[in-house]
Amino acid sequence: MNPYIANTNDDVQRMLEVIGIKSIDDLFADIKPQHRPKSFDLPKSKSEFEVLQHLQRLASKNANHLIPFIGAGYYDHYIPAAVNALISRGEFYTAYTPYQPECSQGTLQALYEYQSAICTLTNMEVANASLYDGGTALYEAVMMAIRITNRNKIIVDSGVNPIYRKILRSYTANLSIQFMETPVVHGQGDRGQIEKFLNDQTAAVILQNPNFFGAIDDHSDIVKKAHERGILVIESVYPIALGLLKTPGEMGVDIVTGEGQSLGLPLNFGGPYLGFMATKKEFIRKMPGRIIGQTLDTQGRRCFVNTLQAREQHIRREKATSNICTNVSLCAVQAAMFMSLLGRQGLKQLAQLNLDKAEFTRQTLAKIKGVEVKRSSPTFNEFTVCLPKDASEVVVAMIEYGFAAGFPAGRYFPGMERYLIIAVTEKRTKEEIVRFAQNLEAVLWN
Amino acid sequence: MDVIEHYLYTKEHEWISIEDTTATVGITDYAQVALGDITFIELPEVDSEVEQFEQFVSIESVKAASDIFSPMSGRVIEINKELESDPGLLNKSCYEKGWIAKIVLTDMDEKSNLMTAEEYNKFLEGLET
Amino acid sequence: MELIFEKSVPNRRGFQVPESDVPGKAQIPDKYKRSADSQLPEITELDCIRHYTHLSQRNFSIDTNFYPLGSCTMKYNPKFTEVAARLPGFANLHPLLPQLQLEGGLTQGALQVLYDMDQFLCAMTGMDHFTMQPLAGAHGELTGVMMIAAYHKAKGNKKKYMIVPDSAHGTNPASAAIAGYEIISIPTNKDGVWDLPKLKEKLTPEVAAVMLTCPDTLGIFNPEIDKITKIVHQVDGLMYYDGANLNAILGRCRPGDLGFDVMHVNLHKTFTTPHGGGGPGAGPVGVKKELAKFLPVSRVVKRQDGTLTLDYDYPDSIGYIASFYGNFALILRAYAYILMIGKEGLLETSNHAVLNANYIKERLKKYYVLPYDRICMHECVFSASKQTERGVHAIDIAKYLIDQGIHPPTVYFPLVVKEAVMIEPTETESKKTLDKFIDVMIEIDELSQKTPQIFKDLPKTTPITRPDEVKAARDLDTNYFLKTKI
Repeated sequence: MNPYIANTNDDVQRMLEVIGIKSIDDLFADIKPQHRPKSFDLPKSKSEFEVLQHLQRLASKNANHLIPFIGAGYYDHYIPAAVNALISRGEFYTAYTPYQPECSQGTLQALYEYQSAICTLTNMEVANASLYDGGTALYEAVMMAIRITNRNKIIVDSGVNPIYRKILRSYTANLSIQFMETPVVHGQGDRGQIEKFLNDQTAAVILQNPNFFGAIDDHSDIVKKAHERGILVIESVYPIALGLLKTPGEMGVDIVTGEGQSLGLPLNFGGPYLGFMATKKEFIRKMPGRIIGQTLDTQGRRCFVNTLQAREQHIRREKATSNICTNVSLCAVQAAMFMSLLGRQGLKQLAQLNLDKAEFTRQTLAKIKGVEVKRSSPTFNEFTVCLPKDASEVVVAMIEYGFAAGFPAGRYFPGMERYLIIAVTEKRTKEEIVRFAQNLEAVLWN
Repeated sequence: MDVIEHYLYTKEHEWISIEDTTATVGITDYAQVALGDITFIELPEVDSEVEQFEQFVSIESVKAASDIFSPMSGRVIEINKELESDPGLLNKSCYEKGWIAKIVLTDMDEKSNLMTAEEYNKFLEGLET
Repeated sequence: MELIFEKSVPNRRGFQVPESDVPGKAQIPDKYKRSADSQLPEITELDCIRHYTHLSQRNFSIDTNFYPLGSCTMKYNPKFTEVAARLPGFANLHPLLPQLQLEGGLTQGALQVLYDMDQFLCAMTGMDHFTMQPLAGAHGELTGVMMIAAYHKAKGNKKKYMIVPDSAHGTNPASAAIAGYEIISIPTNKDGVWDLPKLKEKLTPEVAAVMLTCPDTLGIFNPEIDKITKIVHQVDGLMYYDGANLNAILGRCRPGDLGFDVMHVNLHKTFTTPHGGGGPGAGPVGVKKELAKFLPVSRVVKRQDGTLTLDYDYPDSIGYIASFYGNFALILRAYAYILMIGKEGLLETSNHAVLNANYIKERLKKYYVLPYDRICMHECVFSASKQTERGVHAIDIAKYLIDQGIHPPTVYFPLVVKEAVMIEPTETESKKTLDKFIDVMIEIDELSQKTPQIFKDLPKTTPITRPDEVKAARDLDTNYFLKTKI
């Protein structure tokens, strides 16, 4: 028997006697013979050590040696050792959803602190306790805006991550929601085009800061014009950038979402990640997902509970604000640990360091013949360059030199085949950046 | 369970008190006990039109969400704003301070679809068994 | 306990950001900068470690407590799976690497995990294809319902309704409603299974699908399941299998063989990826071959040379339902677990999960009302109605158990049982642990007769006593920094 089954044969015998049956098979009598599996073809069990060897062999088949200059919404940031130590505590990761508050105060308080941290980072009033990831969080924001406004047209800036935009399309395929995509010009959202669609049928405008090409923006003017027509503004943000950038709260944005992977979560080939969401207090009852609230116990002590549960599926069923049940609590707690360790100054310094390194990279690349580094709008730690060759061919050639050289924009933007989106985090050293530039030059001209 | 003599009642546990063509509506004692401590009410908008037995209010308690249906058709002329800041009034005083809305009625014949206090009392007895 | 923000002291730091090794300090124009710093705490690393360690000690967890939470399958989470998930060759892998070299050459190892899991889940469930993408059970349901909608649309079927049992988990109707369907709820009969005549009555050609758990949320396997799938298929309705209770039937029957067309599996239940205090989860979705063309993209496919690649070229696909390939680190944990326990272990899992539940049911039925007295599967549902008459409700029982160091069973669900107490022991707990739990439950019954008043002040041993949930909802406080009333 495997080490995860507790009963001995002796236990089994005594339990069968209590139940009054002869064998375990009798317990499955409701499953008729004709319902037995036609086959059950699975591998034989292996020891822990054998499985480890197998997994190590598979891991070695991944190109993990490539130095990443690729981001596109998912970034290679350093994770402090303390984060891993804390999140590995079984009391956090082997607990269930905190439905019994008296024996879940650890998770509940950590999530309340997470909500507060997201609020101070974004300058918003309320946040939920997490959604699956940045893409699905944006979809939930759209549904929320439709509930609030009772309108069904959505303006989407093309600077919003194209993966997110694909997710929005597939979820709403059977619903009467109309998307209007507006172009990006000179790196930033096209205000003229956005304004054209601002009318009394529009529920929301979706923007991203920094956008997919790396450009940063101040959306205050769009927010003002949208609000004049009762339209909400949704902004997807990159939390590390908020160490420096103007916050959605300062711009007057109504719903903020984002991908929280950069807050201390490994890249993990796509998940689990962290979808965060924050909004204004007037919209709290329209917000999906769990919300943790502070209250008092019978002895007047501070404590925390799941609150406003009447919005959720386990109470409101088909009328719920969302079908979400399991979220990504542990990732939210992990992000809270990361934010707490970095703190007010650390996050700002980290953002500055990312900015400095990206700027140095940009200046270094600008010296390469034929590499066009446009500067029509400021950027944070990611920027777009135009190459004299097809960017997707260049990234393949750069693999030989040991680099994941960036994201070829042409993958999602037809006509942009020569553009490469390059991300530079605090982990890239000067030596790596210089070598990256040298190798890029070699790929372009040798 | 408290039931007020001259009011009319619905099977969904709303009450209505009619004076000429205007009426005041609310939820019954049975409803407030069943819901438990009420934490939030979403009131209708003044001037909105409501139809008999159509949802026009929603109420939340800690572990439940309930739709409240208008006992009769009409136009909302006044709402009890105090409930927004103190939803507990629905528990403490469901027939007086916890009234929900005043409505100008459009169809007096609809009264025949409602229960008298006596009928409602009988209806409640049926529920308890 | 103090909040982490209250421990903040200006100029303390918990992490040293390195000095820049590149020349120059870059500037962003002021118009794009935040006007004031965030108010994240300023604490030392030790402050942080103590804070979260103390917080962790205010939790019950599987590692510290018996956790018989019905419908949640709180089995032990083997430590090796944590090691597996943290292997750097997987943990540091950027999800867009496959986009750099379209043949998938940069991530063959990771794609192999996804491909093998697809094969394993198909073998266990009798489905033909799986997508590993859905990020939780409810997300899997939504994905499945979207495929059902795509199937009917492609056939030109006019479908309007989704049928669910009244005992269903709330995500079933919520997922169906989000995908645009109206819900028909069918009651449970006196034997604890679906009322077949009622189902027949509601089963019109406008029904898109029927969503079921099997065994259902009462822990009962419906012996007439094949009759249901047959009559639903007769109106070209599809059968959706909610895999929440798959732990009960591993190796005993397969939803695919029973006639189900679409299903999801909760890796965080049956395949023991940790629940994480509410997530992350993973909800892979399987379909029969008739529905395969609707699966979300990307799909992992094997080429003739045996290598793997990601294929996006499915014109009928419902499209992107998640950013990438699923919660990969959880899929990897589940993969490691399945490899370790193997075929033999999977069979033992359902055997012992069902044995443990029936043992509890037999021993407790003298003391608690058992609304459906028959063989159960991996969980049993009691009603605390007898104790409630004495003034001791299901919630009071839950609180007494907490004081005994046992996490309570699921209470007040399923909704069809009054004062429900839903117990799922799982296969990883021993008879000895079950006996202790049973003894406490018997003690509770005795106390409910002798001294029912003692329950009102419980629990007493926890860091807090009962919280004022009404206050929490009326005086909303969800953000430490927001000082005005919501």
